[in-house]
Amino acid sequence: MLVRSTILAVLVLAIGGLLTTSALRAGDGTTAVETVPPPPGRTPVPVPAKGKGDQCVAPTDWMRRNHMTMLKHQRNTTVHEGDRTGRFSIKACVECHAVKGVDGKAVTVTDPKHFCRTCHDYAAVSIDCFECHASRPQEPGKVANFRGSPEDLAALTRYVEGLGK
Amino acid sequence: MSCCGKNDKSGCCSGEKSSAFGEPSPLDTARRWFLKSAAAFTTVALAPGVTLMAFAGAAPASAGPGRGPATAKERWGLLIDVAKCADDCSACVSACSKENGWKDTGHPLTDPQWIRKVTVSGKGATASLPVMCQHCASPPCVDVCPTGASFKRADGIVLVDKHLCIGCRYCVMACPYKARSFVHEPLEDQLAHAPRGKGTVESCTLCVHRVDEGRQPACVEACAATGHGAMIFGDLNDPESAISRRIAQFPTHQLRADLGCDPGVRYGTGS
Repeated sequence: MLVRSTILAVLVLAIGGLLTTSALRAGDGTTAVETVPPPPGRTPVPVPAKGKGDQCVAPTDWMRRNHMTMLKHQRNTTVHEGDRTGRFSIKACVECHAVKGVDGKAVTVTDPKHFCRTCHDYAAVSIDCFECHASRPQEPGKVANFRGSPEDLAALTRYVEGLGK
Repeated sequence: MSCCGKNDKSGCCSGEKSSAFGEPSPLDTARRWFLKSAAAFTTVALAPGVTLMAFAGAAPASAGPGRGPATAKERWGLLIDVAKCADDCSACVSACSKENGWKDTGHPLTDPQWIRKVTVSGKGATASLPVMCQHCASPPCVDVCPTGASFKRADGIVLVDKHLCIGCRYCVMACPYKARSFVHEPLEDQLAHAPRGKGTVESCTLCVHRVDEGRQPACVEACAATGHGAMIFGDLNDPESAISRRIAQFPTHQLRADLGCDPGVRYGTGS
């Protein structure tokens, strides 16, 4: 009897521990938990403005997670090294993703419809870029599209990952 | 490790975030695709130290205008012929203002001054000449900057990296030429090629965005357009450049050469 209850207690503890661990892991936002998309109308979601062309300079999912690193990297090479051969720039972002306001002109970052603010307001992540940079295009018509292969993107990913190290 | 890495067991590219953007989760296809490409990547085994620029170079770019990184092969400089600079002309100042988007805000004591016309007199003669950042070889502004925001490019152009500038204005104090100014007012609709904003220091960039495209600074173009032709822009390191030949031919001066900053802007009266 005693042995049985001990085994039971150990099992309960083990299961409890597992549950706690998975709960903690879920809390840090790095678990592979699949969530079902919320039913329409239940959860407010940002609807970022689409850019011109088929897709951004890299696939959308990749851009969502890495655009800030790319911008930061290119700013350093552009400003300090004077290398302007890079294909990515905040100028290109702004030119491609501009949103027109009621007056037909592209809106500035003061407008909540601005393509950066759509998501950044939602995520409560403040951006300082436009304290200095132009937040609407001055030379319209330029479109930047990713034309590289998956290997190119993998190389780019590895490079971006290495930047923080 | 950031997201989307190969064999990423933590699965940070979970459908959780994607679905938050109101789309069906692209997890399965995306991850499969990524693992595949990551495998291709390891077998290809690109050279270590592959950079974003190398990547950009892999697919020949028509997108990025201009040349590669600035090199120490060049040292960009200006020669101002004081004899040709007219007293009543300020074409260089207005061209700079238009090119870089700075303007008076109604506060003369603190307004931006990337370039200004000054009148000097002595020994019975008077001359009018433009003064801007002198793009020193040993710039005091760079020496004193606590954050590394003030820096000198390989080709001798002295700049402020406004991403790093904290607005302490130590460089404003250190510059013997009073070339730097501070942005006091919030700005909007800056020019895309000349970002500038409140709380940072700024000065003449020698129109670095133009130089990188192989063009002349706006002030030099404007001066030539007026017919005065008092300014020459060029490579001081190249003995065959127009500016070097002129400097070799006629006596020129650096402002306050005794300070030892070795400015890249030279003044002369030869013609």
